[in-house]
Amino acid sequence: MKSLDDLKKIRDAAQRKVTMRGKNEGTRILVGMATCGISAGARPVMNKLVEDIAEKDIPNVTVTPVGCIGECAIEPIVEVLEGEKRTTYCRVDVDVAERIINEHIIGGKVVQDNLIGKYRL
Amino acid sequence: MNELSLHILDICQNSIKANASLIQIIITEDTIKNTYIIEIHDNGFGMNEKTLSEVADPFFTTRTTRSVGMGVSLFKMAAEMAGGTFNITSKVNQGTSVIAQFEHNHIDRAPLGSIEDTLAILLMNEAAIDIYYKHICNHKEYVLDTREIKNVLNGIPLADYDVIMWVKNNIKEGITTIHKEEAR
Ligand code: FES
Repeated sequence: MKSLDDLKKIRDAAQRKVTMRGKNEGTRILVGMATCGISAGARPVMNKLVEDIAEKDIPNVTVTPVGCIGECAIEPIVEVLEGEKRTTYCRVDVDVAERIINEHIIGGKVVQDNLIGKYRL
Repeated sequence: MNELSLHILDICQNSIKANASLIQIIITEDTIKNTYIIEIHDNGFGMNEKTLSEVADPFFTTRTTRSVGMGVSLFKMAAEMAGGTFNITSKVNQGTSVIAQFEHNHIDRAPLGSIEDTLAILLMNEAAIDIYYKHICNHKEYVLDTREIKNVLNGIPLADYDVIMWVKNNIKEGITTIHKEEAR
């Protein structure tokens, strides 16, 4: 089967990478994936984040689904953790997800429009 | 939730919360009997009878179990709206099974949607779980088993982006192929 050969190629390439991503190193992006998050559209958002990171080959960033973040009304919620710094975005859609990657992760500038403070007053 | 694969994601996230190490997702499409059945079995810590009886009730809102109750009742509603039935069974320390049956061609049966995205997200969870996914369409079937994939990967994490992309493509192609072959 051709696709299994592809998987083996992926494995061999990954084994050659000297630095393996550790759980708590680098930037972590968490996406709220409880029922409310899923209904609000968290899956395409997470998908977009993962695809952009893969496509642009951004190192040291992991995307992880998490459970209840506690703010159903303003889901989808995406949190970016960089060491001690935590940035929480809400009402994230695919366009905002793309901005998070381009402006925040690559550019180092927080996307002000969707910061949680704007909605939770 | 307008895709069945979103309900599947939701139910499986509950399984992960219940500490499951293996989740089995089985979809059986039968165009002759006109049925579309989704089964999800996990080996998590399960629920006692009391919680189980409350779990499909949309108004069951104890904060700690709320997210579980809500998603299950939405899935149940989706099945019943499409001329189907819904069943959830659970045993403490053994696991939980959800079986949703739909009328295949019912106008209110949501499409499966992107099941590959659902599986990709499950594989990116922090908890180490195995997924067995079987999709049957009449006489054809497609199977993806992360235990087999892990054997090939030899220590490379499933959540590696290239691996995730491979898994997604494999599922997409697999399901398209069984549908095509059945249609011939
Ligand atoms: S149930 Fe919605 S954020 Fe927790």
